[in-house]
Amino acid sequence: MRIFDPHIHMTSRTTDDYRAMHAAGVRALVEPSFWLGQPRTSPESFYDYFDALLGWEPFRASQFGIAHHCTLALNPKEANDPRCAPVLDALPRYLLKDGVVAVGEIGYDSMTPEEDEALARQLELAAEFELPALVHTPHRDKAAGLARTVDVVRESRLAPERVVLDHLNETTVDAAAESGCWLGFSIYPDTKMDPDRMVRILRRHGTERVLVNSAADWGHSDPLKTRHTAEAMLADGFAEEDVERVLWHNPVAFYGQSGRLAPELAADAPAYGASHAGNSVLRGGE
Amino acid sequence: MLTPLATLRTALELRLDAAARTWLHTALSDAGEADQRELPRWERHFAAAGRRCATAEGPAHHLPAADAARVLLLHAAGVDADTATRLYREGTADERRAVLHALPHLDLGDAGLPLVADALRTNDTRLVAAAVGPYAAERLDAHAWRQAVLKCLFTQVPLSAVAELPARAAGDAELARMLRDFARERTAAGRPVPEDLDRALALAESPSEES
Repeated sequence: MRIFDPHIHMTSRTTDDYRAMHAAGVRALVEPSFWLGQPRTSPESFYDYFDALLGWEPFRASQFGIAHHCTLALNPKEANDPRCAPVLDALPRYLLKDGVVAVGEIGYDSMTPEEDEALARQLELAAEFELPALVHTPHRDKAAGLARTVDVVRESRLAPERVVLDHLNETTVDAAAESGCWLGFSIYPDTKMDPDRMVRILRRHGTERVLVNSAADWGHSDPLKTRHTAEAMLADGFAEEDVERVLWHNPVAFYGQSGRLAPELAADAPAYGASHAGNSVLRGGE
Repeated sequence: MLTPLATLRTALELRLDAAARTWLHTALSDAGEADQRELPRWERHFAAAGRRCATAEGPAHHLPAADAARVLLLHAAGVDADTATRLYREGTADERRAVLHALPHLDLGDAGLPLVADALRTNDTRLVAAAVGPYAAERLDAHAWRQAVLKCLFTQVPLSAVAELPARAAGDAELARMLRDFARERTAAGRPVPEDLDRALALAESPSEES
Protein backbone atom coordinates (compact mmCIF):
# COMPACT_ATOMS: atom_id res chain seq x y z
CA MET A 1 0.00 0.00 0.00
CA ARG A 2 1.40 3.38 -1.06
CA ILE A 3 0.44 6.34 1.12
CA PHE A 4 0.88 10.10 0.72
CA ASP A 5 0.20 12.04 3.94
CA PRO A 6 -0.84 15.50 2.70
CA HIS A 7 -0.57 17.21 6.11
CA ILE A 8 1.84 16.13 8.84
CA HIS A 9 4.24 18.11 11.06
CA MET A 10 7.36 15.96 10.97
CA THR A 11 9.47 18.56 12.76
CA SER A 12 7.67 17.39 15.91
CA ARG A 13 8.12 13.67 15.25
CA THR A 14 10.92 11.20 15.94
CA THR A 15 12.92 8.92 13.68
CA ASP A 16 10.88 6.03 15.13
CA ASP A 17 7.85 7.67 13.51
CA TYR A 18 9.62 7.98 10.16
CA ARG A 19 10.54 4.30 10.37
CA ALA A 20 6.99 3.24 11.31
CA MET A 21 5.49 5.44 8.58
CA HIS A 22 7.73 3.89 5.94
CA ALA A 23 6.83 0.40 7.18
CA ALA A 24 3.12 1.37 6.96
CA GLY A 25 3.53 2.42 3.32
CA VAL A 26 4.07 6.19 3.57
CA ARG A 27 6.33 7.24 0.69
CA ALA A 28 5.53 10.95 0.39
CA LEU A 29 4.27 13.71 2.66
CA VAL A 30 3.62 17.42 2.84
CA GLU A 31 4.59 19.34 5.98
CA PRO A 32 2.66 22.60 6.37
CA SER A 33 4.22 25.35 8.45
CA PHE A 34 2.22 26.15 11.57
CA TRP A 35 2.77 27.32 15.13
CA LEU A 36 5.04 25.42 17.47
CA GLY A 37 2.92 25.32 20.62
CA GLN A 38 5.24 27.90 22.13
CA PRO A 39 4.50 31.27 20.48
CA ARG A 40 7.29 32.77 18.41
CA THR A 41 8.50 36.28 19.22
CA SER A 42 10.16 37.41 15.99
CA PRO A 43 10.12 36.89 12.22
CA GLU A 44 13.64 35.39 12.34
CA SER A 45 12.25 32.46 14.29
CA PHE A 46 9.98 31.72 11.31
CA TYR A 47 12.87 31.93 8.85
CA ASP A 48 14.91 29.30 10.70
CA TYR A 49 11.79 27.13 10.69
CA PHE A 50 11.11 27.68 6.98
CA ASP A 51 14.78 26.91 6.25
CA ALA A 52 14.46 23.65 8.19
CA LEU A 53 11.37 22.71 6.13
CA LEU A 54 13.48 23.29 3.00
CA GLY A 55 16.69 21.74 4.30
CA TRP A 56 17.10 19.46 7.27
CA GLU A 57 13.60 17.94 7.35
CA PRO A 58 13.56 16.81 3.67
CA PHE A 59 17.00 15.30 4.29
CA ARG A 60 15.75 13.51 7.39
CA ALA A 61 12.72 12.18 5.49
CA SER A 62 14.87 11.00 2.58
CA GLN A 63 16.94 8.91 4.99
CA PHE A 64 13.80 6.89 5.62
CA GLY A 65 12.75 6.63 1.99
CA ILE A 66 10.06 9.32 2.17
CA ALA A 67 9.74 12.31 -0.19
CA HIS A 68 9.17 15.55 1.76
CA HIS A 69 7.55 18.76 0.51
CA CYS A 70 6.21 21.71 2.47
CA THR A 71 3.71 24.54 2.47
CA LEU A 72 4.78 27.91 3.90
CA ALA A 73 2.77 30.74 5.43
CA LEU A 74 2.17 32.90 8.45
CA ASN A 75 -0.23 30.72 10.44
CA PRO A 76 -3.59 32.04 11.68
CA LYS A 77 -2.74 32.13 15.39
CA GLU A 78 0.50 34.07 15.00
CA ALA A 79 -1.00 36.39 12.40
CA ASN A 80 -2.49 38.08 15.47
CA ASP A 81 0.92 38.96 16.94
CA PRO A 82 2.25 42.21 15.45
CA ARG A 83 5.80 41.05 16.19
CA CYS A 84 5.35 38.23 13.67
CA ALA A 85 3.45 40.10 10.94
CA PRO A 86 6.64 41.04 8.95
CA VAL A 87 6.81 37.39 7.89
CA LEU A 88 4.23 38.30 5.25
CA ASP A 89 6.79 40.55 3.55
CA ALA A 90 9.44 37.81 3.50
CA LEU A 91 7.15 35.10 2.11
CA PRO A 92 7.64 35.95 -1.59
CA ARG A 93 11.29 34.90 -1.61
CA TYR A 94 10.34 31.62 0.10
CA LEU A 95 7.40 30.86 -2.17
CA LEU A 96 9.80 30.58 -5.13
CA LYS A 97 11.55 27.57 -3.65
CA ASP A 98 11.42 24.14 -5.28
CA GLY A 99 10.12 22.22 -2.25
CA VAL A 100 7.13 24.52 -1.67
CA VAL A 101 3.94 23.01 -3.09
CA ALA A 102 1.33 25.35 -1.56
CA VAL A 103 0.76 28.39 0.63
CA GLY A 104 -0.35 27.18 4.06
CA GLU A 105 -1.55 26.70 6.68
CA ILE A 106 -3.58 29.86 6.34
CA GLY A 107 -7.15 30.47 7.52
CA TYR A 108 -8.92 31.36 10.72
CA ASP A 109 -8.27 30.64 14.36
CA SER A 110 -10.30 33.26 16.28
CA MET A 111 -11.67 35.15 13.24
CA THR A 112 -10.03 38.50 14.02
CA PRO A 113 -9.46 41.40 11.61
CA GLU A 114 -5.73 40.52 11.64
CA GLU A 115 -6.60 37.00 10.50
CA ASP A 116 -8.86 38.44 7.76
CA GLU A 117 -5.94 40.48 6.48
CA ALA A 118 -3.39 37.63 6.62
CA LEU A 119 -5.74 35.18 4.91
CA ALA A 120 -6.64 37.54 2.06
CA ARG A 121 -3.02 38.58 1.51
CA GLN A 122 -1.78 35.02 1.46
CA LEU A 123 -4.49 33.82 -0.92
CA GLU A 124 -3.29 36.62 -3.20
CA LEU A 125 0.32 35.40 -2.81
CA ALA A 126 -0.82 31.90 -3.77
CA ALA A 127 -2.38 33.29 -6.95
CA GLU A 128 0.72 35.36 -7.71
CA PHE A 129 3.12 32.42 -7.25
CA GLU A 130 0.78 29.97 -9.00
CA LEU A 131 0.54 27.79 -5.91
CA PRO A 132 -2.47 26.03 -4.37
CA ALA A 133 -3.49 26.96 -0.83
CA LEU A 134 -3.94 24.82 2.27
CA VAL A 135 -6.62 26.45 4.39
CA HIS A 136 -7.04 25.48 8.02
CA THR A 137 -10.64 25.77 9.25
CA PRO A 138 -11.10 26.84 12.87
CA HIS A 139 -11.66 24.31 15.62
CA ARG A 140 -13.94 26.66 17.59
CA ASP A 141 -17.11 28.10 16.05
CA LYS A 142 -16.40 25.77 13.15
CA ALA A 143 -19.46 26.08 10.92
CA ALA A 144 -19.45 29.88 11.03
CA GLY A 145 -15.69 29.84 10.47
CA LEU A 146 -16.07 27.64 7.44
CA ALA A 147 -18.73 29.92 5.93
CA ARG A 148 -16.50 32.95 6.41
CA THR A 149 -13.51 31.07 4.95
CA VAL A 150 -15.48 30.11 1.85
CA ASP A 151 -16.52 33.74 1.38
CA VAL A 152 -12.91 34.95 1.50
CA VAL A 153 -11.78 32.22 -0.91
CA ARG A 154 -14.57 33.20 -3.28
CA GLU A 155 -13.45 36.84 -3.20
CA SER A 156 -9.84 35.82 -3.96
CA ARG A 157 -8.22 35.26 -7.37
CA LEU A 158 -7.67 31.61 -6.50
CA ALA A 159 -9.91 29.03 -8.21
CA PRO A 160 -11.65 26.72 -5.70
CA GLU A 161 -9.98 23.64 -7.20
CA ARG A 162 -6.65 25.13 -6.06
CA VAL A 163 -7.79 25.33 -2.43
CA VAL A 164 -8.14 22.60 0.18
CA LEU A 165 -10.31 23.29 3.22
CA ASP A 166 -8.81 21.22 6.01
CA HIS A 167 -9.96 19.76 9.34
CA LEU A 168 -13.52 19.23 8.08
CA ASN A 169 -16.11 17.19 9.94
CA GLU A 170 -19.75 16.11 9.62
CA THR A 171 -21.03 19.63 10.26
CA THR A 172 -18.84 21.38 7.67
CA VAL A 173 -18.36 18.86 4.87
CA ASP A 174 -21.50 19.77 2.89
CA ALA A 175 -20.80 23.51 2.75
CA ALA A 176 -17.16 22.81 1.90
CA ALA A 177 -18.13 20.41 -0.90
CA GLU A 178 -20.52 22.97 -2.33
CA SER A 179 -17.72 25.54 -2.56
CA GLY A 180 -15.84 23.46 -5.14
CA CYS A 181 -12.73 23.34 -2.93
CA TRP A 182 -10.89 20.15 -2.06
CA LEU A 183 -11.98 18.50 1.19
CA GLY A 184 -9.33 17.81 3.82
CA PHE A 185 -9.85 15.57 6.84
CA SER A 186 -7.41 15.27 9.73
CA ILE A 187 -7.74 11.92 11.45
CA TYR A 188 -6.89 12.05 15.14
CA PRO A 189 -6.71 9.35 17.82
CA ASP A 190 -9.96 10.41 19.49
CA THR A 191 -11.03 13.95 18.75
CA LYS A 192 -11.74 15.87 15.56
CA MET A 193 -12.24 12.95 13.17
CA ASP A 194 -11.59 9.20 13.38
CA PRO A 195 -11.17 6.45 10.74
CA ASP A 196 -14.69 5.02 11.05
CA ARG A 197 -16.38 8.42 10.85
CA MET A 198 -14.13 9.16 7.85
CA VAL A 199 -15.35 6.01 6.12
CA ARG A 200 -18.98 7.07 6.66
CA ILE A 201 -18.21 10.46 5.09
CA LEU A 202 -16.52 8.75 2.13
CA ARG A 203 -19.61 6.57 1.68
CA ARG A 204 -21.80 9.64 1.51
CA HIS A 205 -19.53 11.95 -0.52
CA GLY A 206 -17.42 9.57 -2.58
CA THR A 207 -13.65 9.77 -2.96
CA GLU A 208 -13.44 12.71 -5.34
CA ARG A 209 -11.46 15.78 -4.15
CA VAL A 210 -10.98 14.17 -0.72
CA LEU A 211 -7.64 14.35 1.12
CA VAL A 212 -7.06 12.34 4.30
CA ASN A 213 -4.20 13.30 6.60
CA SER A 214 -2.90 12.53 10.07
CA ALA A 215 -1.98 16.16 10.90
CA ALA A 216 0.33 14.55 13.46
CA ASP A 217 2.29 17.12 15.46
CA TRP A 218 3.49 17.70 19.03
CA GLY A 219 0.00 17.12 20.42
CA HIS A 220 -1.84 13.85 21.01
CA SER A 221 -1.77 12.50 17.47
CA ASP A 222 -0.73 9.47 15.44
CA PRO A 223 1.31 9.51 12.20
CA LEU A 224 -0.20 6.17 11.16
CA LYS A 225 -3.79 7.45 11.04
CA THR A 226 -3.61 7.54 7.22
CA ARG A 227 -2.88 3.82 7.21
CA HIS A 228 -5.63 3.15 9.77
CA THR A 229 -8.12 4.98 7.56
CA ALA A 230 -7.02 2.91 4.56
CA GLU A 231 -7.64 -0.25 6.56
CA ALA A 232 -11.04 0.97 7.73
CA MET A 233 -11.96 1.70 4.10
CA LEU A 234 -10.97 -1.81 3.01
CA ALA A 235 -12.85 -3.37 5.95
CA ASP A 236 -15.95 -1.45 4.89
CA GLY A 237 -15.75 -2.84 1.38
CA PHE A 238 -14.01 -0.05 -0.53
CA ALA A 239 -11.81 -1.34 -3.37
CA GLU A 240 -8.03 -1.04 -3.35
CA GLU A 241 -8.32 1.54 -6.15
CA ASP A 242 -10.53 3.71 -3.94
CA VAL A 243 -7.97 3.57 -1.16
CA GLU A 244 -5.15 4.40 -3.56
CA ARG A 245 -7.17 7.30 -4.98
CA VAL A 246 -7.77 8.87 -1.58
CA LEU A 247 -4.34 8.18 -0.11
CA TRP A 248 -2.09 8.67 -3.12
CA HIS A 249 -3.60 9.96 -6.36
CA ASN A 250 -5.71 12.71 -4.79
CA PRO A 251 -2.83 14.41 -2.92
CA VAL A 252 -0.60 13.99 -5.98
CA ALA A 253 -3.29 15.71 -8.09
CA PHE A 254 -3.88 18.51 -5.60
CA TYR A 255 -0.27 19.44 -4.83
CA GLY A 256 0.75 18.57 -8.40
CA GLN A 257 -1.02 21.78 -9.40
CA SER A 258 2.08 23.58 -8.07
CA GLY A 259 4.22 22.09 -10.86
CA ARG A 260 6.82 21.38 -8.17
CA LEU A 261 5.77 18.04 -6.73
CA ALA A 262 8.21 15.12 -7.03
CA PRO A 263 6.47 12.36 -5.06
CA GLU A 264 9.15 9.80 -5.90
CA LEU A 265 12.55 10.26 -4.25
CA ALA A 266 15.37 11.08 -6.64
CA ALA A 267 17.72 8.21 -7.37
CA ASP A 268 20.63 10.10 -5.81
CA ALA A 269 18.84 10.68 -2.51
CA PRO A 270 20.54 8.93 0.37
CA ALA A 271 18.24 6.01 1.05
CA TYR A 272 17.45 4.27 4.29
CA GLY A 273 18.95 0.82 4.23
CA ALA A 274 21.72 -1.47 5.36
CA SER A 275 24.47 0.43 3.58
CA HIS A 276 23.51 3.61 5.40
CA ALA A 277 22.90 2.08 8.80
CA GLY A 278 25.37 4.41 10.48
CA ASN A 279 24.38 7.62 8.78
CA SER A 280 23.98 11.03 10.29
CA VAL A 281 20.30 10.81 11.27
CA LEU A 282 19.93 7.17 12.12
CA ARG A 283 22.89 7.35 14.43
CA GLY A 284 22.05 10.65 16.06
CA GLY A 285 23.79 13.99 16.15
CA GLU A 286 27.46 13.09 16.31
CA MET B 1 39.55 17.34 -9.92
CA LEU B 2 37.69 20.46 -10.94
CA THR B 3 35.36 19.95 -13.90
CA PRO B 4 35.69 22.88 -16.31
CA LEU B 5 32.43 24.79 -16.65
CA ALA B 6 32.30 24.22 -20.42
CA THR B 7 32.36 20.46 -19.78
CA LEU B 8 29.74 20.81 -17.05
CA ARG B 9 27.49 22.73 -19.41
CA THR B 10 27.87 20.28 -22.29
CA ALA B 11 27.11 17.32 -20.03
CA LEU B 12 24.08 19.12 -18.61
CA GLU B 13 22.65 20.11 -21.99
CA LEU B 14 22.88 16.51 -23.17
CA ARG B 15 20.72 15.42 -20.24
CA LEU B 16 18.02 18.09 -20.53
CA ASP B 17 14.92 17.76 -22.66
CA ALA B 18 14.03 20.53 -25.12
CA ALA B 19 11.93 22.56 -22.66
CA ALA B 20 14.56 22.41 -19.94
CA ARG B 21 17.30 23.34 -22.41
CA THR B 22 15.33 26.38 -23.52
CA TRP B 23 14.87 27.32 -19.86
CA LEU B 24 18.63 26.98 -19.25
CA HIS B 25 19.48 29.24 -22.19
CA THR B 26 17.03 31.91 -21.03
CA ALA B 27 18.24 31.64 -17.45
CA LEU B 28 21.92 31.95 -18.40
CA SER B 29 21.16 34.86 -20.67
CA ASP B 30 19.23 36.61 -17.85
CA ALA B 31 22.13 35.93 -15.49
CA GLY B 32 24.46 37.78 -17.85
CA GLU B 33 22.26 40.91 -17.80
CA ALA B 34 22.68 43.70 -15.28
CA ASP B 35 19.52 43.56 -13.15
CA GLN B 36 19.17 45.94 -10.21
CA ARG B 37 15.77 44.73 -9.04
CA GLU B 38 15.41 43.57 -5.47
CA LEU B 39 14.89 40.07 -6.81
CA PRO B 40 16.78 39.82 -10.12
CA ARG B 41 15.19 37.59 -12.72
CA TRP B 42 18.11 35.16 -12.69
CA GLU B 43 17.67 34.56 -8.95
CA ARG B 44 14.14 33.36 -9.68
CA HIS B 45 15.65 30.89 -12.16
CA PHE B 46 18.21 29.89 -9.51
CA ALA B 47 15.36 29.02 -7.12
CA ALA B 48 13.36 27.16 -9.78
CA ALA B 49 16.19 25.04 -11.20
CA GLY B 50 15.02 21.85 -9.47
CA ARG B 51 11.56 21.81 -11.01
CA ARG B 52 12.87 23.05 -14.38
CA CYS B 53 15.44 20.26 -14.63
CA ALA B 54 13.29 17.60 -12.99
CA THR B 55 13.32 15.22 -15.94
CA ALA B 56 17.10 15.03 -16.23
CA GLU B 57 18.43 12.01 -14.39
CA GLY B 58 22.12 11.44 -15.03
CA PRO B 59 24.94 9.04 -14.22
CA ALA B 60 25.73 8.84 -10.52
CA HIS B 61 29.13 10.51 -10.91
CA HIS B 62 27.57 13.63 -12.41
CA LEU B 63 26.25 16.50 -10.36
CA PRO B 64 22.43 16.43 -10.21
CA ALA B 65 21.13 18.45 -13.16
CA ALA B 66 19.73 21.22 -10.97
CA ASP B 67 23.06 21.57 -9.13
CA ALA B 68 24.92 21.89 -12.43
CA ALA B 69 22.42 24.47 -13.72
CA ARG B 70 22.75 26.51 -10.53
CA VAL B 71 26.57 26.41 -10.67
CA LEU B 72 26.44 27.71 -14.25
CA LEU B 73 23.99 30.44 -13.22
CA LEU B 74 26.15 31.61 -10.32
CA HIS B 75 29.12 31.84 -12.63
CA ALA B 76 27.22 33.56 -15.44
CA ALA B 77 25.91 36.14 -12.97
CA GLY B 78 29.45 36.73 -11.73
CA VAL B 79 28.25 36.77 -8.14
CA ASP B 80 30.40 38.56 -5.59
CA ALA B 81 31.05 37.34 -2.06
CA ASP B 82 28.04 39.15 -0.58
CA THR B 83 25.63 37.67 -3.12
CA ALA B 84 27.05 34.15 -2.83
CA THR B 85 26.79 34.39 0.95
CA ARG B 86 23.21 35.68 0.83
CA LEU B 87 22.12 32.99 -1.65
CA TYR B 88 23.64 30.35 0.58
CA ARG B 89 22.09 31.74 3.76
CA GLU B 90 18.66 32.17 2.19
CA GLY B 91 18.91 28.93 0.24
CA THR B 92 17.27 25.54 0.48
CA ALA B 93 19.66 22.65 1.12
CA ASP B 94 19.82 22.11 -2.66
CA GLU B 95 20.64 25.76 -3.31
CA ARG B 96 23.30 25.77 -0.58
CA ARG B 97 24.87 22.69 -2.11
CA ALA B 98 25.04 24.44 -5.48
CA VAL B 99 26.77 27.48 -3.96
CA LEU B 100 29.36 25.15 -2.41
CA HIS B 101 29.94 23.42 -5.74
CA ALA B 102 30.31 26.81 -7.42
CA LEU B 103 32.94 28.17 -4.99
CA PRO B 104 36.02 27.05 -6.96
CA HIS B 105 34.57 28.68 -10.09
CA LEU B 106 33.92 32.06 -8.45
CA ASP B 107 36.54 34.65 -7.69
CA LEU B 108 35.81 35.07 -3.97
CA GLY B 109 39.19 34.61 -2.32
CA ASP B 110 38.67 33.31 1.21
CA ALA B 111 35.16 34.81 1.50
CA GLY B 112 33.55 31.42 0.85
CA LEU B 113 35.24 29.78 3.84
CA PRO B 114 32.44 30.65 6.32
CA LEU B 115 30.01 28.85 3.99
CA VAL B 116 32.22 25.77 3.91
CA ALA B 117 32.46 25.89 7.71
CA ASP B 118 28.66 26.20 7.96
CA ALA B 119 28.13 23.18 5.71
CA LEU B 120 30.67 21.14 7.65
CA ARG B 121 28.72 21.84 10.86
CA THR B 122 25.56 20.29 9.41
CA ASN B 123 24.69 16.61 9.41
CA ASP B 124 23.24 16.74 5.90
CA THR B 125 25.63 14.41 4.12
CA ARG B 126 24.94 16.04 0.76
CA LEU B 127 26.12 19.38 2.13
CA VAL B 128 29.13 17.83 3.84
CA ALA B 129 30.15 16.12 0.58
CA ALA B 130 29.77 19.37 -1.37
CA ALA B 131 31.83 21.26 1.22
CA VAL B 132 34.98 19.14 0.80
CA GLY B 133 35.55 19.97 -2.87
CA PRO B 134 38.50 21.71 -4.53
CA TYR B 135 37.82 25.05 -2.80
CA ALA B 136 38.17 23.44 0.64
CA ALA B 137 41.22 21.48 -0.49
CA GLU B 138 42.94 24.69 -1.48
CA ARG B 139 41.94 26.89 1.44
CA LEU B 140 40.98 25.04 4.62
CA ASP B 141 43.64 25.25 7.33
CA ALA B 142 45.14 21.99 8.55
CA HIS B 143 42.91 21.60 11.61
CA ALA B 144 39.64 22.33 9.78
CA TRP B 145 40.65 20.07 6.89
CA ARG B 146 41.44 17.13 9.19
CA GLN B 147 38.13 17.64 11.01
CA ALA B 148 36.40 17.64 7.62
CA VAL B 149 37.98 14.32 6.65
CA LEU B 150 36.97 12.82 9.98
CA LYS B 151 33.44 14.19 9.62
CA CYS B 152 33.14 12.46 6.25
CA LEU B 153 34.14 9.15 7.84
CA PHE B 154 31.68 9.72 10.72
CA THR B 155 28.75 10.55 8.45
CA GLN B 156 29.62 7.94 5.79
CA VAL B 157 30.41 10.44 3.09
CA PRO B 158 32.78 8.46 0.84
CA LEU B 159 36.31 9.87 0.94
CA SER B 160 36.19 10.02 -2.86
CA ALA B 161 34.25 13.26 -2.24
CA VAL B 162 37.32 14.85 -0.61
CA ALA B 163 39.21 16.78 -3.27
CA GLU B 164 43.00 16.45 -3.35
CA LEU B 165 42.95 13.85 -0.60
CA PRO B 166 46.25 12.18 -1.60
CA ALA B 167 48.14 15.47 -1.83
CA ARG B 168 46.81 16.94 1.42
CA ALA B 169 46.87 13.75 3.48
CA ALA B 170 50.36 12.68 2.49
CA GLY B 171 52.68 12.77 5.48
CA ASP B 172 50.06 14.32 7.79
CA ALA B 173 51.07 12.66 11.08
CA GLU B 174 48.29 14.40 13.03
CA LEU B 175 45.64 13.12 10.60
CA ALA B 176 47.13 9.65 10.89
CA ARG B 177 46.82 9.84 14.68
CA MET B 178 43.19 10.98 14.47
CA LEU B 179 42.35 8.17 12.05
CA ARG B 180 44.03 5.54 14.22
CA ASP B 181 42.19 6.84 17.31
CA PHE B 182 38.89 6.75 15.45
CA ALA B 183 39.52 3.19 14.25
CA ARG B 184 40.43 2.16 17.81
CA GLU B 185 37.24 3.70 19.19
CA ARG B 186 35.11 1.88 16.65
CA THR B 187 36.90 -1.42 17.23
CA ALA B 188 36.53 -1.08 21.01
CA ALA B 189 32.79 -0.63 20.54
CA GLY B 190 32.58 -3.69 18.32
CA ARG B 191 31.49 -1.50 15.44
CA PRO B 192 32.83 -1.63 11.90
CA VAL B 193 35.60 0.75 10.85
CA PRO B 194 34.62 2.68 7.68
CA GLU B 195 36.05 0.92 4.67
CA ASP B 196 37.93 3.88 3.26
CA LEU B 197 39.63 4.79 6.55
CA ASP B 198 42.53 2.47 5.73
CA ARG B 199 43.16 4.22 2.47
CA ALA B 200 43.30 7.63 4.14
CA LEU B 201 45.52 6.24 6.88
CA ALA B 202 47.93 4.75 4.35
CA LEU B 203 48.14 8.16 2.67
CA ALA B 204 48.67 9.99 5.95
CA GLU B 205 51.39 7.55 7.02
CA SER B 206 53.20 7.86 3.70
CA PRO B 207 55.93 10.47 3.34
CA SER B 208 54.69 13.85 2.14
CA GLU B 209 55.45 14.85 -1.42
CA GLU B 210 57.70 17.68 -0.30
CA SER B 211 59.95 15.62 1.96
